Amino acid sequence: MIRLFGPNEVLFILAGVQWTVVLSLIAFVGGGLVGLLVALGRTSALAPLRAIAAGYIDFFQGTPLLMQLFLVFYGMPVLGVRVSPWTAVTIGMTLHASAFLGEIWRGGIQAVPRGQTEAASALGLRYASRMRDIVLPQALRLSIAPTVGFLVQLIKGTSLASIVGFVELSRSAQIVASTTYKPLIAYGLAGLFYFVICFPLSRFSLRLEQRFTAKT
Amino acid sequence: MTYKFDFSALEPYWETFLRGCWQTICLAVVAVVLRLIIGIAAMLAKRSAVKAVRVGATSYIEIVRNTPFLVQVMFIFFGLPTIGISLSPWTAAILALSLNCGAFAAEIIRGGVEAISRGQIEAGTALGLKPFQIFRFIVLKPALRIIFPALSGQFILALLTTSIVSSISAEELASISQSIDAATFRSFEVYVVATLLYFGLSLIFSTAFKAINRIYFSYPVR
Repeated sequence: MIRLFGPNEVLFILAGVQWTVVLSLIAFVGGGLVGLLVALGRTSALAPLRAIAAGYIDFFQGTPLLMQLFLVFYGMPVLGVRVSPWTAVTIGMTLHASAFLGEIWRGGIQAVPRGQTEAASALGLRYASRMRDIVLPQALRLSIAPTVGFLVQLIKGTSLASIVGFVELSRSAQIVASTTYKPLIAYGLAGLFYFVICFPLSRFSLRLEQRFTAKT
Repeated sequence: MTYKFDFSALEPYWETFLRGCWQTICLAVVAVVLRLIIGIAAMLAKRSAVKAVRVGATSYIEIVRNTPFLVQVMFIFFGLPTIGISLSPWTAAILALSLNCGAFAAEIIRGGVEAISRGQIEAGTALGLKPFQIFRFIVLKPALRIIFPALSGQFILALLTTSIVSSISAEELASISQSIDAATFRSFEVYVVATLLYFGLSLIFSTAFKAINRIYFSYPVR
């Protein structure tokens, strides 16, 4: 049955937006937590820890996100855990984000002058306090622009969740496209919604970047 | 863990996997060559004196950069036929990939061109270099030196992005893996192999690019 493209269809696609936003936020926050560990591992004084973190980052940056999602989706049952597409996609996106954020923040941590760490050690601060109070606040400030830039990439990346069967913005556009036979409008609308979310973030990231380069 | 790994089920398909790798490389290479043309055109258009051309180029770049590749592919492959433009999966895939990469390349190339200051060209003239020498040593090489790492990084991204065109059933590594999966039911093994193949491809290319960068684009240490 062919349905007409009416306000209902627009609302249906719009309902997909909230899942895209929810998925992006979970992946961003979860990926941020794991990513912090990755960044600390990557800049650790212990060589094996550094190597593991580097391998982790290389793997996620060297393989397609789609394959990563498939691996989690088909790999979890292998480990004996039955998962819904929702869980699989959340875990996959979180791991993906953690590797990229870890690499971005590693850059930030290494951009903080060594003298800061040395001064903190000379004052008798331990690793935890040195990182928490001295290095990380400066590092996060330095890397805020690329972090926002990556958020845009992550939001666009959540569209791949539709291939695993998770209904978000892209998937709802697909559903509308196949029930109304109006793919041009359906995908155009989906693109517009992504644009409305991503464009302000891109601009924001660019402004942050310009502010930092102007200052230094 | 009760699951038994069975990679032997995939053995008859090793040639198919290799064909997928080859198709993926072809897609990425074609797209990357086309994107240079599109990228340079878009970069020039963005610096044009005509406002309409500038606005057009900027909107192209911003629209592509702020929407997912999946939606772009779907729009081109499923959307365009309704207004009379039917494309084969491969043509649609190449078109979408090069348009996508072109928008990112435009920004990278702009950075390289803007980095060459007029003063350097004038200095070259003052040193008595011929115009071709000025172009080659003062404009082209430093500009390439600046944009090469970003452009080669983008090639790896393009290589990984090709996996998304499996959604319009253009044949490459990801879609081939999906059909092997459907034939053997060894989903996990299939995707482990496919992921490792992608990883291998990106390692090979990034190593090659690093070598090229070191040999041709590094400053001589003397």
